[in-house]
Amino acid sequence: MVTENKTAVKEIELLSENNNRRLDYLDILESESIHIFREVAGQFERPALLFSGGKDSIVLVHLALKAFRPGKFPFPLVHIDTGHNFQEALDFRDELANTIGEKLIVRSVADTIKEKNLTEQKGKFASRNALQTYTLLDTIEEFKFDACIGGARRDEEKARAKERIFSVRDEFGQWDPKLQRPELWNTYNGRIHKGENVRVFPISNWTELDIWNYIKRNEIALPSIYFAHDREVLEWQGQLVATSEFIQLDEADKVSVKKVRYRTVGDMTCTAAVESTAANIDDIIKEIIATKTSERGETRIDDRVSEAAMEDRKKNGYF
Amino acid sequence: MDILRFITAGSVDDGKSTMIGRLLYDSKSIMIDQLEAIEKQSKNKEDGIIDLALLTDGLRAEREQGITIDVAYKYFSTPKRKFIIADAPGHTQYTRNMVTGASNSDLAIILVDARNGVVEQTRRHSIITSLLNIPHVVVAINKMDLVNNSEDVYNNIVIDYEAVATSLGLKDITYIPISAINGDNIVEKSPVFPWYEGESLLHILENVEVANDINYTDARFPVQYVIRPQTDALHDYRGYAGKVVSGIYKVGDKIIVQPSGLESTISAIEIGGKEVAEAFAPQSVVLHVSDDIDISRGDVIVQKDNQPSVENELDVLLCWMGNKPLIPGNKYLLQINSRLTRAVVKEIEYKLDVNTLLKEPAPEQAALNDIVKVKIKTASPIPFDSYKKLRVNGGAILIDETSNVTVGACMIQ
Repeated sequence: MVTENKTAVKEIELLSENNNRRLDYLDILESESIHIFREVAGQFERPALLFSGGKDSIVLVHLALKAFRPGKFPFPLVHIDTGHNFQEALDFRDELANTIGEKLIVRSVADTIKEKNLTEQKGKFASRNALQTYTLLDTIEEFKFDACIGGARRDEEKARAKERIFSVRDEFGQWDPKLQRPELWNTYNGRIHKGENVRVFPISNWTELDIWNYIKRNEIALPSIYFAHDREVLEWQGQLVATSEFIQLDEADKVSVKKVRYRTVGDMTCTAAVESTAANIDDIIKEIIATKTSERGETRIDDRVSEAAMEDRKKNGYF
Repeated sequence: MDILRFITAGSVDDGKSTMIGRLLYDSKSIMIDQLEAIEKQSKNKEDGIIDLALLTDGLRAEREQGITIDVAYKYFSTPKRKFIIADAPGHTQYTRNMVTGASNSDLAIILVDARNGVVEQTRRHSIITSLLNIPHVVVAINKMDLVNNSEDVYNNIVIDYEAVATSLGLKDITYIPISAINGDNIVEKSPVFPWYEGESLLHILENVEVANDINYTDARFPVQYVIRPQTDALHDYRGYAGKVVSGIYKVGDKIIVQPSGLESTISAIEIGGKEVAEAFAPQSVVLHVSDDIDISRGDVIVQKDNQPSVENELDVLLCWMGNKPLIPGNKYLLQINSRLTRAVVKEIEYKLDVNTLLKEPAPEQAALNDIVKVKIKTASPIPFDSYKKLRVNGGAILIDETSNVTVGACMIQ
């Protein structure tokens, strides 16, 4: 009887100890992402981390630091520079790579256009979004990358909602949604044939709000354009597009200086700003909780082309 | 705030997509631009009714062919919890998809059409739920509006389902009457079921205890990667990076590395670069041991007093996912956590009828979506636990070495 009581007491003690071993949702997401990073390191010969200077890829870098320090990253950072990027994001990119002492490879879409004699898009918001796929595929070939880690999230868009965490691309970089490998438990199958590569998405299960809450909790620095600032913008079909040498203005265009911030950071030609006075992370999180528009819907001009715009670009080798 | 991962099982006809759409819409997880996009597509847009099912509709490739590919993931959160929905199509030929979605789920919502009651498909979904060992089940009896919200109809379905649940050994089942199309009992408790004493679906999802599902007893740490900076300052640093899939590790614990059987002691534990006294599931950490022994990717570090099985002959319940049939005698790669080994499927013992759970005589080959009991021999002994006891160290995949495709899901017995 006495021993029974002792066992019971011990069990209760164990239970209450385990009650203290509860992870917060951000801890769970972080652990899952670190696990994915380490699977890449364990399974591939020549991986790369695609890094743009945007918030999602900045979070990726921080997760990689947690996954591999005090060792070096088992991959370089790679940026496909369209030439239409925000200078603030480029400066941030260089500074971060420098601070953490990791290798940064930059390949330029402008060079690909010259070398391959490609035709640039014409029009008001002539975008190099489609052309960057060529540079990406060339870069994959140049360095023989077998895995490219990217910051896409499944909550962004419905084509992404169906993508695996390890997503196999053929030698043309194409995604075939019908031939995806089943992905079970936390077991990732990264085996590929020569010439193929795998796109890996460690933050698949994070939402926009998760990213911001994580940035806040870990005090992660971001490029200044994510915070409210004065900028000359063009109002175009309800969206605010920064004036720059890359977009053509007509006389009828309404241009004004507004207080804005960027919710996503892509090319200047296809990323819209949102009006905002949010000067710090807390204010941004409040705005995101209150917003009624999705991240890509509010800020991406390139997804508006058609209902299946993202699906088509992914099939062609885009992220 | 924690995370609940759940799968929804049911066909389009059961109102599965409408139910998910309702959860997203009524929990205010749908943004205006996404609503506008589905309003454009809704067939009944003239009468102002939005087809919420379209929210879960995916790719153009699917719309054109009227099919659903694989599993789609949806996200929403409330102040209490973050939710990850694995939306798997429920037709007969899609056992593979449900198994995939179920493998990571804490909970399954099984939808029953109140007009039809427990049908063959309900049984199939329940059998898969049981085979994949999903800890919690919600039986949502939908379309109650079409049976006059009748308590009798509801009660009869509950009685029928309880028989199924008992035969399968399902645990922790919650029943709820709903009307997805009207939003009854989805987010708020509805007055149309005055006889129903439970809570709304969202309330159930917010409050089901998942933290207790974590196993803190059987410590398992599959090594993913060895961190060796090899710099002057960190010349002797050697850290084993991986995730604690179950259990607890403390500095000073006596450990054994499997399958080698080498022994040592944990000398340090790091999380995100900081030293800690203990690590527990599901944390990703770096372990250090006090002896200079050979440990590499695929090894599992366990407590000396709590060992997994280490064998090269496995009894496996196998869900076949390949387009080409499984032929006994064929060689595959078996991957369990970070360990990859050659394996041969020696024989098929029987086939499981996923509608009845009856054992059928062994077929010569297993086809896509078949669930078969097989004997697998691996090239070398692997550390594992039975799937029923420890999901995180009892599930493995089979890979076709020539195509590199994942062709099988193994639940080790």
